[in-house]
Formats: sequence, structure tokens, C-alpha cells
Amino acid sequence: MNAEGVSAVGSAVDLAERLRATGYLAGEGLATVGYLALALHRPLLLEGEPGTGKTSLAAAIAEALDLNLIRLQCYEGIDASQALYDWDFPRQILHLRTVEATSSDAAVEEVEKSLFDERFLLSRPVLRALRESPAVLLVDEIDRADDEFEAFLLEVLSTYEVTIPELGTITAEVPPIVVLTSNRTREVHDALKRRCLYHWIDHPGLAREIEIVRTRLPGVSARLAEQVTRSVQRMRDLDLLKPPGVAETLDWARALDALGADVLDVETAAATLGAVLKYREDTDRVRESLDRLLAS
Amino acid sequence: MTAPQDAGAAKADHPPAAPDLALAGFATALRHAGLAVTADRVQLFLQAVAALDAALTADVYWAGRAALCSGPDDTARYDEVFAAWFTGNRSRGVVPSRTPQSSVQANLGEGGDETEGDHTLNVSASTTEVLRHRDVAELSAVDRAELARLFGTLRPQTPIRRANRRRPSHRGEIDPRRTLRAQLRQVGEPGRVRYRRRGVRPRRVVVLIDVSGSMRPYADSLLRLAHVMVQQAPRSVEVFTIGTRLTRVTPALRHRDPEFALRLAGDVVPDWSGGTRLGEVLKVFLDRWGQRGTARRAVVVVCSDGWERGDASLLGAQLQRLAGLAHRVVWLNPHRGKRGYEPVQTGIVAVLPHLDDLVAGHSLASFAELLEVVADA
Repeated sequence: MNAEGVSAVGSAVDLAERLRATGYLAGEGLATVGYLALALHRPLLLEGEPGTGKTSLAAAIAEALDLNLIRLQCYEGIDASQALYDWDFPRQILHLRTVEATSSDAAVEEVEKSLFDERFLLSRPVLRALRESPAVLLVDEIDRADDEFEAFLLEVLSTYEVTIPELGTITAEVPPIVVLTSNRTREVHDALKRRCLYHWIDHPGLAREIEIVRTRLPGVSARLAEQVTRSVQRMRDLDLLKPPGVAETLDWARALDALGADVLDVETAAATLGAVLKYREDTDRVRESLDRLLAS
Repeated sequence: MTAPQDAGAAKADHPPAAPDLALAGFATALRHAGLAVTADRVQLFLQAVAALDAALTADVYWAGRAALCSGPDDTARYDEVFAAWFTGNRSRGVVPSRTPQSSVQANLGEGGDETEGDHTLNVSASTTEVLRHRDVAELSAVDRAELARLFGTLRPQTPIRRANRRRPSHRGEIDPRRTLRAQLRQVGEPGRVRYRRRGVRPRRVVVLIDVSGSMRPYADSLLRLAHVMVQQAPRSVEVFTIGTRLTRVTPALRHRDPEFALRLAGDVVPDWSGGTRLGEVLKVFLDRWGQRGTARRAVVVVCSDGWERGDASLLGAQLQRLAGLAHRVVWLNPHRGKRGYEPVQTGIVAVLPHLDDLVAGHSLASFAELLEVVADA
């Protein structure tokens, strides 16, 4: 794989350009922090409103550097056997039966050794990332996992090695690029934060968001892209229950494009609001002031 | 690019270079401004600056923000200190956001007001029972000190919920993995069937304490109550104070010693005995914490007298939102325990339809009752 890809990134500006080539427009701050994560081999902890591009940054880095993206989605109750490795028990038993049937007096030690062989090892995302490194490991929504899992993760992220009792220690030759995201449903433990570089992603400004829409959806007309973005940015000031993120802007533009609209007017907007707003209260509120939102 | 890992080693041999000193000074200023700046974070900051072009202020800014901040609340303070430190505008003091304290938080910690000095009351076993039922707002300083000790006798129990994760058990559904594993251990001979079932986990409890002027006589006791709850289940209890703004005091209350914890809490809360904007602050809570997950399926205890100036419709709407998110909404109103109390204040009327429980909260005995309501939720 592309081992020199990581060290080839010479500066924050360079990283921003590479990301731009994949369609991800990073602000100055994000590009700098991202570059630091690469240069210092530190995990990057991203927080921010939903739909501001935390997860897609990891995908963009992977694409820009031509690396594998390995994703670990966190959820409540996740533990090491789902994050690290597990043994394939059914296959081990099958193997045992086969050994029994074919050779009656095989040495016990030999049999046992063959049971805990590489081929019965199920690599889960973290182990895969260590083995396939250089790679991008995305630990998504770390705030959903339990505290104990954070402690486990901290251990892996500080040494980049894992010990499997039956096989030995597996160390990453090059530390993988690690991106953690959190929606702040709960405070991530300070020890983990200290290990990471931290960045809070805000909603982008008008000009950059229009550019994002234009880059991501080249088929959408310049006029429509601007109208949609401007309306969404105004919606964010409306104090809604769930302010729309960039993902929603893209969804809306995509929806309008699919309907063949090249201008956003009150009617088409009202018909497609479901792409941007996900609460009835929000929809009611926006519908009342639609003409003001659409005014250019 | 300088090799970042050399930065630490070089520092041990030689005295730190002048830029490093300036940067470390900046980190110290941040620490004084209340950010959790630890030595390893400073180290990371220096490495980050070394990896970038230190001549550019913007690079130093972003390196520091990534290495030294740990949340969106930190960034505003970071910006202030950064501006003060790097633009040389240091005369005004770099810690303007530190709130004036101690002058307004009258009955926090042991510094109670001694005006009604009823020193003759001898606290013994018999008076303890009396004290348990007396309104905490009407206690003298001595009684209050005794009451503070009695808070240690409260035994909160954490409410529980069914967990997603299955645990080994003697009954329940068959656990194929453990059954197979046992079989493997017996060299493939079929053995006993293992079972698993869903376990239990502590349910999250969120306590919102009104610290406005009208609740002032109770704020101290309520914080002590919250402290007891946090001590019992440090990971599943979240405490916020509400007044004119929302402040998270959970980290402060995690300290074991109640007096120290309360003093810490006093330091972070900027709006002691101020006005109330209950509806607005609840909205802030729901926007920033509640809807994201803190209030989801949690037991939410709101401690307030429901005094809302003006229109209470916002408060009602927020409570409706809260009720939709939370497992159970409990409202603690100190006035509820008083004779002749009727829930007629505009705030209480607005929230009443959305509450699961309305409990009193004026005495130690009523706090114990509240803990039972929470435990059974």
C-alpha cells in the first residue's frame, strides 16, 4: 500500500488541497489540525453539530492519501471482542472434529496449536487497522460507547499494539491515522481527550457551503445551489429543534435536482422541506416564514 | 520539518529556547483562565508548534486550540487568552471570564451567615429527628451545619434499566458462543447448554437545580443532595445549575469532600441568586445536552419553585420536549411541602401536565422521599 502517502503531505495547505481534490473542503483550522494529526501521529477527536462532516473527513483523508478506511461504529455495550478480535468458534470445532476423525493419535499440543491459528482469528476493526497500517481508522460516535471501552481504546491508541495471548503481540509498523468523532451526548473522558488533538467543527460560512454544494453536486445549477444554501443558513438562525447541517443542504439540493427544479420557489420549497427538517414543529415554523427565507 | 519526537529529549539536555518559554507561559495563562491544561497537553502543544511554522500566529493559534482545548466551552476562553497574550494587550488581566464569586454565594460551604446565631440549641439524637423534618430555609447556621452532616446519612439508590448487552445467566436464551466454547474446552464433546440474558445498567439521572434568587435558601441543600447522588453513582448522574444561564457542575461535585465540592461548584456557577429565565435556560439545556442524549431515557429531576417572570408558554413547551425525551420527569418544589400550597404559579401550571411526579423538597425527610422516587423510576 501507499506508505509514503502520509509523509508526503508537507503542510496544512497541502493537506487541504489533497482533500479538496476528493471533494472535501476543509477550513483553515481543520486542515491545520488534520495536518498535525498526521505529522505527530496523534488521534484526531472531532466534535460538532450533526451533519458538519466529521465522519466524511475520515473518508476524505483515506481517499486523499490512497489508504484503506476502517470504520468502527460505537454503540452501547460494545466490547473488545467486537472492536479487536475474536476466535471463530464454530470453525475451530469443525477443525477439531476433522483432526479427531483423520488422525487418532495426534499430539495434544500440536492440536491445540493448530486450533489457535491465524486462520481462525476474526480481525475486528482496531486489529485490522493495526495490521493494515498505514490505514485510516474511524472510531465513529465514541460518546455512545461505555466508559470501559474508552479506557480500552486509550490503551490501544497510546501504544498502537495489541496482545493476543495465543498469538503474541501485534504492533503497527506505522501508526494508523485515527479519527474519533463524538456528538457530545456525554462528555468523553479527559484522559482520552488528552491523548488526542481536538477540533470542533462549525457549520461552514455561506461562500464555503455554496462551494461544497457545487463540488459535491456538479449537476446542480449555480443559482439553485446558492438559493438552497442561503435558505439553509437562514434556517440555522431560526432557533429550530434540529438545525439542518451540511448533509441536509446537500440532501435538499439533490432532492430539488431530482425533481428537475432549477430555481427554488415557495411551492417547490414547501414540497421538499422534508429533506431538510426532521421535526414537525420545525417544518411548521419554517413554512410560516418561507417567503422571507427565500428572499435573496 | 523538525522531528517532533526530539522536542522532549532536547528539552531535558538544554534549557528551553525562548519561544518555548513564551508558549509555555501562554499555556499557564490558559490554566489560570480555567482550562484543564496539563503537562502532557503542553508537551503536545510544543510538538505541534514545532511541526508547523511557528512564525505564523495562525498556526500557533490552531495548534493550541487542538492541543489545549477539550470542548466548545473552552474555545471562547481560549480566544480571549490568545488575543490577550499574543497581541500584548495584557494589562487588563488575562482572565476576565473568571466570574466574581464568594460575595454572592452566601450559604455555600461552611461560610453560612451567622446573623440568627441560635448557638444554644444542643444537637443530640432527639433533635436529629426534628431537624429531618424542618424546612431547611428556616434553619440557623448551627442547625445547618448539623444538617450538612446528616446529608451523609442519605442512601441514594441508582435507578436501573435493561441493558443491551447480554450476560451469562442460569436461564434465559441459549448462548451459542459460550456453549460452543465450553464444548471446545472439552475437546469437542457436547456439554452443558449455556444461557444468557440481558443485564441491567444504571439509568442516567439528570438533576437541574434552580439557583435563582427565589431559590436561594434551598440552593445549598439541593447541591448537597446532588453531591450525595453523584458520589453514589459518579458516572450516571449529571448535575446542572439553572438560573440566568446553564452551568454543568458535575465535575465539581465528583469530589468526595462535600464542602470542597460545593466550593468548587460555587466557583464555576456565575449566576448565583440572579434572576430566573427558566424556559430559556431549559431550552439551552435541551439544545446542547438533552436532545443529544443526556436526557434521553434518563430520570430528570428539576429543582425549582417554578417562578417564571412573564409568559410561561416557552417553559411549558420545553417541558413537553423534555417529557418526550426523558424516561421520567420529576419536579421538586420546596414550596410543595408547605401547608396551604396550591400549584397556581404560572410556571408550575404550565409544566404540570408534563410531569410524572411533583415532590416536596424543603427538608431532609423530603429529600429522602425524592431519592426513593428516583430509585423506583
